[in-house]
Amino acid sequence: MTPDKNAGGGEPPPTTSPPDNGWRQEYWRKNLRLMVILLAIWFVVSFVFGILLIQPLNNIEILGFPLGFWFAQQGSIYTFVILILVYAKMMDRMDDQFGVSERQAEGGEK
Amino acid sequence: MTQIQGWTLGFIILTFALYLGIAWRSRVKETTGFYVAGQGIPTVANGAAVAADWMSAASFISMAGLIAFLGSDGSIYLMGWTGGYVLLALLIAPYLRKWGKFTVPEFVGDRYSETVRTIAAVAAIIISFTYVVGQMRGGGIVFSRFLGLDITGGVIVAALIIFAYAVLGGMKGITWTQVSQYTVLIIAYLIPAIAVAQQMTGLPIPQVTFGQILGELNALSTQMGLSQFTEAFSARPQIDVFLVTMSLMIGTAGLPHVIIRFYTTKTVRGARYSAFWALFFIALLYTTAPAVGAFTKLNLLQDVNGVAADSLPRWIENWAATGLVSVNENAQTIQTVSNSPTSGADLIVNNDILVLASPEIAGLPAPIVGLVAAGGMAAAMSTAAGLLLVISSSFSHDLYFRRVKRDSTDKQRLLAGRIAMGLAVLIAVYAGINPPAFVAQVVAFAFGLAAASFFPIIVLGIFWKRCNATGAAAGMVSGMAFTATYMIYTLEVFGTSANPHIFDISPEAIGTIGAIVNFIVTIVVSKMTAPPPEEISEMVESIRYPAARRTVPAGSTGDSA
Repeated sequence: MTPDKNAGGGEPPPTTSPPDNGWRQEYWRKNLRLMVILLAIWFVVSFVFGILLIQPLNNIEILGFPLGFWFAQQGSIYTFVILILVYAKMMDRMDDQFGVSERQAEGGEK
Repeated sequence: MTQIQGWTLGFIILTFALYLGIAWRSRVKETTGFYVAGQGIPTVANGAAVAADWMSAASFISMAGLIAFLGSDGSIYLMGWTGGYVLLALLIAPYLRKWGKFTVPEFVGDRYSETVRTIAAVAAIIISFTYVVGQMRGGGIVFSRFLGLDITGGVIVAALIIFAYAVLGGMKGITWTQVSQYTVLIIAYLIPAIAVAQQMTGLPIPQVTFGQILGELNALSTQMGLSQFTEAFSARPQIDVFLVTMSLMIGTAGLPHVIIRFYTTKTVRGARYSAFWALFFIALLYTTAPAVGAFTKLNLLQDVNGVAADSLPRWIENWAATGLVSVNENAQTIQTVSNSPTSGADLIVNNDILVLASPEIAGLPAPIVGLVAAGGMAAAMSTAAGLLLVISSSFSHDLYFRRVKRDSTDKQRLLAGRIAMGLAVLIAVYAGINPPAFVAQVVAFAFGLAAASFFPIIVLGIFWKRCNATGAAAGMVSGMAFTATYMIYTLEVFGTSANPHIFDISPEAIGTIGAIVNFIVTIVVSKMTAPPPEEISEMVESIRYPAARRTVPAGSTGDSA
């Protein structure tokens, strides 16, 4: 299963339009695009670098770590943490842009 | 009582007093409403609670030991158990938070139908139960070593404590207790790891410095009959590594006791940040674990290499009492080491003891050994409590109330839930004493089942409006049946004999194929049957947007999502 397939299953069929359907479709489309990009990175660092290409990458050594081994046991985990942070930040920005931000409900900035 | 036992008992009593104290205090605060109070939890604290709920005996006790013996292929656990959070954060958590009810079968019931809800409740119980078994075993190992019992006695003591704690903790605010359990377990994990890193490399950052010892470890491993530590695919074929990693990832994203944690945030935005904090806290342990594995293994091999069988280090004797370490009777000096009891090596070390024994192996002082034991118990307890809650709520709320007695009172439902919990503990004790595989493997099976049942229908339920109840029911049943069948076929469980793997796919990896089966069956059957009713489409539409639109551009009518 590839990330593209995950997202591909998600193309929403056009719906009968409530009055403001336009912004909703755009919001959803942007959300899906962000998701596909982040999942592509997720797939590359873990499955491609850490598994599929681990042996060729292991020929490169940094600080004693064979590079493929490093991606599998360290690098991919750091990347995952950053990916979720980027997602949360980008979605914040998108929520603001589309006027659906919930920050007030949380009682101010956090 | 030895010094180590004294410190261990002291730390365990101290930390338990802390958990119970916190549980008691938050109970008082929560009289205003169990669920409402739950949704006021700050995202950082919620993240720590998810991390404690999630990091079980398998993560704390077993994982570094597994990595020590699997070497490079141990990354299946590292990547699998963290990468799932990316899927959870992007594909599931915000949407289920927006929908905003309290159990996973509830979402499935609303999105699809009552039948699917029943299937989901049964699946949630099976998955959580499989996972509880691993916790019993993990807790059992801790008590067995430090109370000087055999493993059976250890499991029984652990089960009694876990049961008492879950019945009590389940009634009270569990989140803050889990925050304190996270704190205990991460301190207990990091202190010895940092101390060992300092001792062996002169720099107290295990994540960075374990690279320095890899060369030496590779050489010594080969010398003692083991494969090279950094050599990929020495323990599993490449296809299997790929599929196990994927299975653990999508299983993580489909685990009921993890998903429900995201319902406790205040907003959808909070759910996203909770996922970030959860993985951040988890990553602290998960990036340290491979270092612990490598350091401990090197220490262990250096300790015993060529040493006469009658003058082995003290920790071997200590752990031999649990039956988890054994020296070959015919061995004069130790030449070979293995983790497999059938290998015939001179020294056999079970994976599950490595973390608990690592401070002893490194010769660290007794208080640290005790602290690690308390951390292991914190990991086992917090997860077991979360799982037992899923079992009891799924049983009482989604099965008993919906299917057996619709007019049951709150009291009857509570009783039904407690009986379910008690039964689960009894069966888990039996399975913990006679485990079908070692701790992390047992847990891996729970993941395979979660991957093959929940993940596909939840994701399709959010991202594909056309998906209907018939499709979801067919998909879940076929995915689970396929996965369970293959596991029973390839493992010795319930008296069946183990058959060889097909296409090198291990039973831990089969969840990926099961999930694909589920996806395909759900899509095909949905396409062949009538689309879901209009109000379902509206529900799916509404969970895709976090909040009502506040700033309305000119010309738009404004609408609440």
